Amino acid sequence: MSSAPLSPDGPGRNRFEISKLDLFYGDFQALKSVEMSVRDRMITALIGPSGCGKSTLLRCLNRMNDLIHGTRIQGKVLLDGQDIYHASTDVTNLRKRVGMVFQRPNPFPLSLYNNVVYGLRVAGVHSRKELDEIVERSLRAAWLWDVVSDRLDHSALELPLDQQQRLCVARLLAVQPEVILMDEPCSALDPIATMKIEELMLELKKEYTIIIVTHNMQQAARVSDFTGYMLLGEMIEFGGTKDIFTRPSNKLTDDYITGKYG
Amino acid sequence: MTLIGEKGVRRILLATALSAISALLLIALFIIKEGLPFIFHYGLWNFLSSSDWEPQAGKFGIFPMVAASLWVTFGAMVVGAPLGVAGALFLSEFAPRPVMRVIKPMIELLAAIPSVVYGFIGVMVLAPLIRDYLGGPGLSVLAASIILGIMILPTVISISIDSIMAVPQSYREGSLALGATVWQTIHMVTIRAARSGILASIILGMGRAIGETMAVIMVAGNAVKIPHSALESVRSLTANIALEMSYATGLHRQALFATGVILFVVIIILNSAAMVAIRGKAARK
Ligand SMILES: Nc1ncnc2c1ncn2[C@@H]1O[C@H](COP(=O)(O)OP(=O)(O)OP(=O)(O)O)[C@@H](O)[C@H]1O
Ligand SMILES: [Mg+2]
Repeated sequence: MSSAPLSPDGPGRNRFEISKLDLFYGDFQALKSVEMSVRDRMITALIGPSGCGKSTLLRCLNRMNDLIHGTRIQGKVLLDGQDIYHASTDVTNLRKRVGMVFQRPNPFPLSLYNNVVYGLRVAGVHSRKELDEIVERSLRAAWLWDVVSDRLDHSALELPLDQQQRLCVARLLAVQPEVILMDEPCSALDPIATMKIEELMLELKKEYTIIIVTHNMQQAARVSDFTGYMLLGEMIEFGGTKDIFTRPSNKLTDDYITGKYG
Repeated sequence: MTLIGEKGVRRILLATALSAISALLLIALFIIKEGLPFIFHYGLWNFLSSSDWEPQAGKFGIFPMVAASLWVTFGAMVVGAPLGVAGALFLSEFAPRPVMRVIKPMIELLAAIPSVVYGFIGVMVLAPLIRDYLGGPGLSVLAASIILGIMILPTVISISIDSIMAVPQSYREGSLALGATVWQTIHMVTIRAARSGILASIILGMGRAIGETMAVIMVAGNAVKIPHSALESVRSLTANIALEMSYATGLHRQALFATGVILFVVIIILNSAAMVAIRGKAARK
């Protein structure tokens, strides 16, 4: 982290620009006029109590909410200046650019190898040599290569949970996304495995833009550059992580990070 | 309840369960007791592979019936399996949930229609169509295959839907989030994850097709011969038993029971295979 406090208005390129974003599940409004920007090659954390809409906001960024029947969206989500909700958007291409790691590790019931190459196969890459190279590169980047290189043909479901989660990261890296969304990636993991994923995130930050949802405030403070605090569907405060945790400008944020909430 | 007490109810239920099981066992034992001696007497290979079925002359070769049963079952699979799996995929992956919830029980109800009704439709509608447009007598392997294919749809669809719906949503989300299309997700992840259930549904459907009797008697034409085309009449193992049992005596009667033993073994093997397919999946999880 740089020593000067980061600010959303400071220098640097924004990947996502979100403005006046409302989202409805049927009649229920889960996001209320959310404003946020996501800086290139930085880690942005979303924190807030359960049910405040963190996952919902995250899933707006790769249009995973499209899968849920009856969702409706207003407002703008720009990725590099392009509205991803515009009718001309190619959603599969968007999801290749904006990858996602889920709360519970969800490797496919296939071999390790076939998990990692899945995204490439669906994109039409079939050259065995190319796939082999990418498998090694992706597994190395997810710090898994040394652990599993001798059993790539084993089922992914045999791995312990934290390795499954890193396999899901590797599977994502294989398609070379630009942005990585992580929805509580450590909540199913023990503290040591959590630390590993956090270190991995700091490493990945050199090449990827990362947005992470977390319940764990220490985690947000440890890894993120920017933090957004959400409450009941609203973005209460968004800014540099240091600012949010040391001198929040909103009383609600202060209450939450000092543990007075609820 | 208060009248006989909890213990009494349990005893009654236990007695009911036991008598159901023992009835089944008795039937199995009876068939085996009647049929097995004949198999030893006539020779299993002789019985299965000889083509002459002339009870009056003491010739009991069931090969034409075996071939007929296999052909008709195979045909039913060709008709019913793809249709059933495709229907299950459509209902579970594409149709809105409420539509699925209405249609699935309706499809399951199709299994409750008496097979004589299916046979009737086969005789009145299907056989004339085949006779007029494709030739032959109409009552044929083809007609039986189509009717049986339709009859196994409830089994295939219902069990396939259950196994497709049991595939965790997280697999689909993981696939779509990697930029796969809905169709790629279905054939690369969903079907693979559900394949043992789908396989089991097909095997159970096969068991139904082999064991079906009434509909086959009505639409297959019942000629004892090895079919050379799908338009010829055939007689299945089940049809043979049902048609001749009423007047058979002596060795002839025993031969029919022996045919029953063969069917019994085949169906037990199929059901066990289905069970292994389902268990195998549970073990791998
Ligand atoms: N598919 C859905 N249909 C209807 N309402 C939903 C749906 N998904 C989420 N919600 C509601 O939207 C609100 C926000 O949910 P969301 O999952 O985004 O919260 P969250 O901040 O991620 O919570 P958590 O920390 O528990 O994961 C909640 O009130 C939730 O009940
Ligand atoms: Mg959530």
